[in-house]
Amino acid sequence: MRPFRYERADDVAGAVALLAREPEGAFLGGGTNLVDLMRLDVARPDVLVDVRRLTSGRVEELADGGVRIGAAVPNSDLAADPLIRDRYPVLSAALLSGASGQLRNLATTGGNLLQRTRCVYFQNVTTGCNKRQPGSGCSAIDGYHRELGILGTSPACVATHPSDMAVAMVALEAVVHTLGPDGGRSIPIAELYRLPGQDPQYDTVLEHGELITAIDLPPLPHGVRGRYRKVRDRASYAFALVSVAAILDVADGMVRDVRIALGGVAHRPWRARIAEDTLRGGPATQERFREAAEAELAEADPLPGNAFKVPLARNTIVRTLLDLAGPPPGGPATDPAIMDPELEESGPDPSGPPA
Amino acid sequence: MTIPARAMGEAIDRVDGPDKVRGLARYAFEHPVDRPAYLYPVQSTVARGRVIGIDCRQASSIPGVLLVLNQYNAPRTNIPAGQGELNILQSDRVAFRNQFVAGVIAETSEIARHAASLVRVDYQEEPHDVELGGDRDDFRVPTSIAPQFPVEVNKGDVDAALESAPVRLDRIYLTPRQYHNAMEPHTTIALWSDEGLALYVSTQGVSRIHDVVAGLFGLEPARVRVISPNVGGAFGSKAHANPDIVLTLLAARMVPNRPVKFALTRQQMFSQAGYRPPTVQRIQLGAERDGRILALSHSSTSPTSKLEEYAEHSTRPTSTIYAAPNLRTRQRVASLDIPTPCIMRAPGDCPGMFAIECAMDELAVECGLDPIELRVRNEPEVHPGTGLPFSSRNLIGCLREGAERFGWEARDPRPRSRNEFGWLVGTGVAAATYPALRYAGSVATIRADPDGRYTVLIAAADLGTGTWTALAQVAADALGVPLSSVDLRIGDTAYQWATLAGGSSGIASWGTAICEAAGQLRDRLGRGGSVPRQGVEVTARAPENPYANQYATHSFGAQFAEVRVNADTGEVRVPRLLGVFAAGRIVNPKTARSQLLGGMTMGLSMALHEEGVLDSRFGHVVNQDLAAYHVSCNADVGEVEVCFLEEDDPYVNPMGVKGVGELGIVGTAAAIANAVYHATGARIRELPIRLDTLLAW
Repeated sequence: MRPFRYERADDVAGAVALLAREPEGAFLGGGTNLVDLMRLDVARPDVLVDVRRLTSGRVEELADGGVRIGAAVPNSDLAADPLIRDRYPVLSAALLSGASGQLRNLATTGGNLLQRTRCVYFQNVTTGCNKRQPGSGCSAIDGYHRELGILGTSPACVATHPSDMAVAMVALEAVVHTLGPDGGRSIPIAELYRLPGQDPQYDTVLEHGELITAIDLPPLPHGVRGRYRKVRDRASYAFALVSVAAILDVADGMVRDVRIALGGVAHRPWRARIAEDTLRGGPATQERFREAAEAELAEADPLPGNAFKVPLARNTIVRTLLDLAGPPPGGPATDPAIMDPELEESGPDPSGPPA
Repeated sequence: MTIPARAMGEAIDRVDGPDKVRGLARYAFEHPVDRPAYLYPVQSTVARGRVIGIDCRQASSIPGVLLVLNQYNAPRTNIPAGQGELNILQSDRVAFRNQFVAGVIAETSEIARHAASLVRVDYQEEPHDVELGGDRDDFRVPTSIAPQFPVEVNKGDVDAALESAPVRLDRIYLTPRQYHNAMEPHTTIALWSDEGLALYVSTQGVSRIHDVVAGLFGLEPARVRVISPNVGGAFGSKAHANPDIVLTLLAARMVPNRPVKFALTRQQMFSQAGYRPPTVQRIQLGAERDGRILALSHSSTSPTSKLEEYAEHSTRPTSTIYAAPNLRTRQRVASLDIPTPCIMRAPGDCPGMFAIECAMDELAVECGLDPIELRVRNEPEVHPGTGLPFSSRNLIGCLREGAERFGWEARDPRPRSRNEFGWLVGTGVAAATYPALRYAGSVATIRADPDGRYTVLIAAADLGTGTWTALAQVAADALGVPLSSVDLRIGDTAYQWATLAGGSSGIASWGTAICEAAGQLRDRLGRGGSVPRQGVEVTARAPENPYANQYATHSFGAQFAEVRVNADTGEVRVPRLLGVFAAGRIVNPKTARSQLLGGMTMGLSMALHEEGVLDSRFGHVVNQDLAAYHVSCNADVGEVEVCFLEEDDPYVNPMGVKGVGELGIVGTAAAIANAVYHATGARIRELPIRLDTLLAW
């Protein structure tokens, strides 16, 4: 870990101005990823500007029925927020499926969006990695890539974005508000993230010194159901091999609208637009769900060690949509008493400290 | 004869518990010392070659850096035979990637770590060889596998019996690299002063560390003191002196009168603290149609380093577990440019029984037999390898008791016969066994005071296992006094020499010494004699077991598992495990249950999660932290039940104990793999069992 300075500003604008003058500096939120990377010598900021107390730590209702989430809201608080639980349970479930209670207490909403890939080569400075050190080569493509990408990869990088929360937010079509040295802007979340291409060192379109201040969730049509299903190598405390955030609106057996986002498969949370287009207006049947999933995954370009993710993603999409379309005759598709990962992870309500 | 039990058998809360939950119990790194200096290592970035230059200038210029230790300025050490891994900074050779090639001593751990990143090391790299491929031509028979056990067993004519057997099976089973990953990392504080060397270290045996350290530095034994009252898990990785201890000692030698502190990071534990090597095992079984085994052949191949030889002795249980008139075991190793593997919980027996017990399940299917019935039909009269009678053996009792508790009767043996809400449900069974070992050489001192108190001193270890409690219970019964009259002192070479906590031998080995000392104390005091004012002190060495060559001594158990495999995704869940164990007298049912529960959980982890992934291009394990190297987390562990069969064994030791530290991990993975077969019809012969092998493609 290299020596660094620690700075605070009085407000968001001050923090942005401060970092704009520090080309090697970084914002510090919860630090659950950044500080690890500093210990590993992967991240080498010479100054940290603490923004944890600067942006809003609250979840507020918007006039249009949507919700605004302050960038400093801890993941635990966001998952437990009554508005979120009531209107966007898919987001609550995604949050609770990620990390551990302790990490969620510390991690912020803004920081969660900007966490970096957990590719083992990215995290080890003694091996080549184009994302960490442009031009040093990708060690993962011919190495260990079980958890890495199958969609939108490039010869330079096959990293995956690790966030669960971001996958749900992509399905919810969240809008990310930022303030940068050149002023503020609002970015649809799907456009926040990049594909690796030739310059995988950039995860997002954010400029140096540009700070996420809030995230807006637009309202969902009443009665529409959403679900987050995460598949991983152990029952908890692991990154997704594949995750599916789906929102489905079915009437009279026909798909009125659908949104699907995939986690664990690409450099960004993957909006499955091909699958959505295939489904919209058609019957809500297992055959159609499978067709749609296969259409989306037709472009997949897996590696030997993660080829299983293609059928895994397909099956998980189909099962998630089936669950949303309604329980099949004879019982639920998943025995919630045993295995529902959402229930499993919810635990005691983390909404507040004991009196 | 076993001594009568009064305190033994009581489920007493661990005496160290309250201090541990309040953070008061001191682990090695936490001992308060004056003005400590901190150490951080520089690790090799090549897997094989020579260090041809070290540039310390930038690192040395950092304020707070005391010294950059390297091959040019490090004190010279003696290297004990067969322990090349301890040859730290003594030559320019690099024998594996991540080997220590330098170390920074500084005023704070942060400065040391930062400066270490600034040390430039130049290498002359040589091609490395790190992968155990099947086409190598340098496999060899290891010089030894485990003390007291033959490297190979040959009984009858295995090939002929296989040839003519009506039912034959020939299978390969694979187990991966596994890492101990004790919660407490490997930590050391070393202080070199005019009085000698004081060492606080997290270890399974202070006496062993003491002897190694004294030998390395040519020190008078009396000038070395090793202290380790509490250890936060070890599982074999802290049985021996590791490179981190030697590096700390070298550093401390360079800054006399300053304590040097060093704690491995989790990442460093993947190259400096040993591991269970991967195994490739072949099982050949020949049987009658009724399931009786005619021939059993078991071979196991594993890699070792070029510095030391360690063979994962997977074939050790093969000659113990089933009656096989024709029996053959083979062990092979090849030396690679990798860190030296070492013992890890139930070394040998754990991967070995995975292969054997999966093969037995396959044989049961071939013969159309219930797998429990198959094992009953192959129960031996005497130890199949040595011909000795068993001192006690209750495998069948464990299987039957388990079958009843688990509800085995109701099982439909057809694979894929249960689908509940999209989850395929199956059950499996496997046997467990582990040698009941007792190591010679432990010495105990007991001091009796006129106030009725007894102080028992022995350099034993508590790895979090319950020694502080259980060994006091043994001492109380050995003395015939209430537990409250006994003050036990362990974990310090100020007390008498003791064997290490390993091989599930601790209570057996140390308890025997305590029983001997207690007996001599009683003799000294005479019948009804009172303790004189100045007290009485007796020191005695544990005698050899008079029955050592007359009986085969082993513990046994039966493992049952229920698994659920998601029909869509292949995810495996284990809602239920049951273990029934016959392990002699249980000194403390509470701490013993915890040991077995932990062993079974580690077995679950082995079955579903654990795998160190070696990248052969670089030569290191790439998933070197607990985010990427998965161990079972709480959500993976369902209901785990531990049950003991009562067993009275007068031949193992005066307490009648067989040890419980390792038995629980043996067979668990096989029970789970067999349950996966029952659930899905897919026979998985390679660990860990992950969803991609069970996914509907």
